[in-house]
Amino acid sequence: MNIPFLITEQIRERGLFMAKSSNAVDRSKVLVRREARAAWLFLLPNMIFFVGFVVIPMILCIYTSFFDSTMGNDTKDVFIGLQNYKELWQDKIFLRALKNTFVIVLVSVPVVCIFSLWASSVIYKLKDSVLSLFRCIFYLPVVTGSVAVTVVWKWMFNNYYGIFNYIGKGLGLIEENINWLGDERYALWCIILILLTTSIGQPIVLYVSALGNVDTSLVEASAVDGATDFQQFWKIKWPLIMPTTLYILVITTINSFQCFALIQLLTSGGPNHSTDTVMYYIYYTAFKLYRYGYGNAMGVVLAIFIALLSAVQFKLAKEK
Amino acid sequence: MNSGVNRTNAYKIVSMIILVILAILFAFPLYWIVTGAFKTAASVNATSPDWFPKEWVLDNFRKLFSKQSAPLWELGIPFSSKFSADGKPIIFSAGPKVPAAIRWLLNTVFMAVMAMILTCITAAMAGYALAKKRFKGKTMLFTLIVCAMALPKQVILIPLLREMSSLSLYNTIWAVIFPTVGWPFGVFLMKQFSEGVPGEMLEAARIDGAGEAKTFVDIVVPMIKPGIGALAIFTFINSWNDYFMQLIMLSSTPKLTISLGIAKLQAENATDFGLIMAGASLAAVPIIAIFIAFQKYFTQGIAMGAVKG
Amino acid sequence: MKKRMNKLMALGLSVIMMLSLAACGNEAAPEQEPAAEPQETQEAPAEEAPAEEAPAEEASEDISASITLWTYPIGSWGDSATVEGLIASFNSKYPGIDVTVEYLDYTNGDDQVNTAIEGGQAPDLVMEGPERLVANWGAKGLMVDLSDLFATAAGGEIYDSVESACKSTDGNYYEYPLCMTAHCMAINKAIFEEADALQYVDLDTHTWTTENFFKAVQAVYDSGHKDVAAIYCAGQGGDQGTRAIINNLYSSTFTNAEHTAYTANTPENIKALEELYAQDGINFDASIVGGDEIDLFRKNILAMAFCWNIAQQTNNERNDAGLTDSGDEIIPMLFPSDDGKTELCGGIWGFGIFDNGDQNKIEAAKLFIDFICNDENQVKDSVKSSGYFPVRPSVTGVYDGTDTAEVMDMYNKDFIPSLGDYYQVVPGWAEARTEWWNMLQRVGTGGDVATEVETFDTTANAAASAN
Repeated sequence: MNIPFLITEQIRERGLFMAKSSNAVDRSKVLVRREARAAWLFLLPNMIFFVGFVVIPMILCIYTSFFDSTMGNDTKDVFIGLQNYKELWQDKIFLRALKNTFVIVLVSVPVVCIFSLWASSVIYKLKDSVLSLFRCIFYLPVVTGSVAVTVVWKWMFNNYYGIFNYIGKGLGLIEENINWLGDERYALWCIILILLTTSIGQPIVLYVSALGNVDTSLVEASAVDGATDFQQFWKIKWPLIMPTTLYILVITTINSFQCFALIQLLTSGGPNHSTDTVMYYIYYTAFKLYRYGYGNAMGVVLAIFIALLSAVQFKLAKEK
Repeated sequence: MNSGVNRTNAYKIVSMIILVILAILFAFPLYWIVTGAFKTAASVNATSPDWFPKEWVLDNFRKLFSKQSAPLWELGIPFSSKFSADGKPIIFSAGPKVPAAIRWLLNTVFMAVMAMILTCITAAMAGYALAKKRFKGKTMLFTLIVCAMALPKQVILIPLLREMSSLSLYNTIWAVIFPTVGWPFGVFLMKQFSEGVPGEMLEAARIDGAGEAKTFVDIVVPMIKPGIGALAIFTFINSWNDYFMQLIMLSSTPKLTISLGIAKLQAENATDFGLIMAGASLAAVPIIAIFIAFQKYFTQGIAMGAVKG
Repeated sequence: MKKRMNKLMALGLSVIMMLSLAACGNEAAPEQEPAAEPQETQEAPAEEAPAEEAPAEEASEDISASITLWTYPIGSWGDSATVEGLIASFNSKYPGIDVTVEYLDYTNGDDQVNTAIEGGQAPDLVMEGPERLVANWGAKGLMVDLSDLFATAAGGEIYDSVESACKSTDGNYYEYPLCMTAHCMAINKAIFEEADALQYVDLDTHTWTTENFFKAVQAVYDSGHKDVAAIYCAGQGGDQGTRAIINNLYSSTFTNAEHTAYTANTPENIKALEELYAQDGINFDASIVGGDEIDLFRKNILAMAFCWNIAQQTNNERNDAGLTDSGDEIIPMLFPSDDGKTELCGGIWGFGIFDNGDQNKIEAAKLFIDFICNDENQVKDSVKSSGYFPVRPSVTGVYDGTDTAEVMDMYNKDFIPSLGDYYQVVPGWAEARTEWWNMLQRVGTGGDVATEVETFDTTANAAASAN
């Protein structure tokens, strides 16, 4: 079946390249249409899922955000226009949650990137066996799963018999037990610390390989030219591992925004909403307060923020 | 010169020390989970920590396995609950009764693998189209994808729940898998990789008479393989750890995942730490074994991908 | 080989695509119908139900249905082995009814039921207390009216206070009760002895005054035991304990007697909170809930627990019943009160039926409730599994001949009579209790007590009037 197909295909191609005749326009139109059709066929399987389980719910979410909607058989959604959105800006808890969300992202993304780059630069030249040991260990929390890890951290942070208080007091670092997760001053930082341990593994693996792949002849040449370690890194390695850095930025941002299990299992947003994120507060509004419309309005606001952030990130990446 | 070397050495030693301390902190939770699973109740509940089990016991696992049971697998006719006499799905094959924890593990593996396969195939196809085809609406679609990429799933929590309910997918593993597959990060990643496929090669293939499908399978896929590897690992781990979707979409005992199972054990029985540890180690150990066994593959897969992207 | 793999993959993919497409196509249309149906089906049978109650029972011995039961961990009702036994005895009478059980927990259970309701797969039967069944899901119109069960001989016998707790403001009954208890507190005898604090406690009646309570806390604190008690407030788990201690100290209330509004904003409650906050040894702890408090108490870290009841007293999972991990004796106590009249928070547990629009299932679920709670040969076993007390006077001697008989008797004599008003059915309960522990967190982090209590009052009453 291939041969006739092949011939016609070749003729068609030749037609395209050679003919400058009047029906070239028609042909190229056909080709354009064919290419578009092929493109959409390739896109179709993904689009079923993307449109079906992301875009449509998002549209419904925007739609419901203009209603006062709740659970129940005899309740009807009441159209209230922008009232949910107006209320959002007066809701101190929401504003705090929004702030916390951005604190988590703005702290964890740079810390993950810088720390993993530093750690990889220390370990990537080590012996193979030591290197894989380190790589494995830093990857452990990622594969252990956040729920399982959380169980242990909860115990470590315990006010009365947790290991941090035990060691801290043993070494004389702290005088009184600190209620890590029950104190507004520390709770969010504890969450961020755990988030860091669960998101650093992948960047380290990536950086170790990226650094390992840097062409050594370039580095040696620069050493001959008298470049210092720092210059070598900044002028040669850094540009070469740039794509890796961008990839890490993107996945870490995504992961930080997905931080939900830690909060739900450790603090439920407390104490005093100091660890509420918008993601958790949406869940809380929906299933503790049964205010679906309001929860959806929060979702829309968060989505707008994130879309802007992603767009900016992407623009910057493109310019580089 | 000499002092420079000394300084470099000092830097190296200090950094190694810091790294070792951090490594201990990173490895500790897992160590504690695994040893805790084998400790006696008294040792687990001790207020000053027992660093190492004095006595290794299997009580916790025994308790975990005796708690609840579920059939090892259930194969049913899709959507049969809509027309079956008793409103339950028609199941034509059910496995032997096993401890529910085993079934949860199986569910989790199935979920993660399925999400991984579906994501890789659909995203590779879509990414190729976005990178190499010209069509109307391309820019708009790509912008939409970029904007939606970092969107947390909590945002669409309620609409998604209602949608799954109307599709009769609520409380099935598919309700967790499908939104993961629809998440546009994969398409974005695959587009970036497909950009690297030289246009001349595609042109040459077309001149040789290869159809669209053949071009994609024979030329594009081998070239973006590292990218697919990276995406596979990212999807697998993310869906393994995606506690939120599992929490809202799954409710009945045989349908749970291992993460949910442990969270439930913890909530129900905050005091029985040994039991929770047994569950947690059951969840962690298989995937760690997979990781160690395929370590080379894992790390190379991700790395090459990212470098070329 | 490789190509075959690819082909296989493509094939598999297209099959899945088709399935998911088919799903979209098939399900979109019929989706509307079930949503519209329930209201109609609900109304018609509800009118006839009481009349046909008697014949229905005879005819339905061979009723065939498959129902789901979700239970919260109420004693052994959270334990699969026990529940399977109970269902087996149900099935020996009604072999055609297949009951599938799911076990919920108090941390995620509510959310799980809520997502299931939104997911269109609410259980048929759920076992919990009126605060959820009546004040929450019942008030949202999701439950079936159970008046016909109260019209039976056994139903007429139920204590009035329990019956009224099961009745919604619209006059319908959304819960049929099985068992009840009174929540109390407990102290560690050895720690109290060591601090010479037992002098403040009346061990015969298990009572103490507010003044003596604070003296005892101070004495234990002074003896070197720095963590005496905790006002736990990380979440709603065990919150009845914190409400009870605060309301009883200066004999105030949480709601009005008509169960229409929250009345926590009183000088007495504010005084109680202020004194608790100022008292050495009492931690406002936003990192633990009731279950964690019990754990700390059993570990001898805390000298008293506010989240206690008879089930904790008879629990022997970690040590013999009535002893902490290290073997100290645990003494259950009434909450301290300044007027000598403690009002204990009640716990009532029973069954409610979700209206899933299938009359057959509703009937089957009612048969289940009737069998478990009303069948003379069964009810004692059902109550015993909960570890609590029956809700009807004619059910006696449930614990006769068991190890716990003595302590159950003591509890029945000294604690149950102090059972206070069951106020957990005020509208907006779910929101109010959430605001309660948030309020405690704010007080614990130095918020002004009077302001915070007022905020609680405003928020809770707004929720009450919204529902």
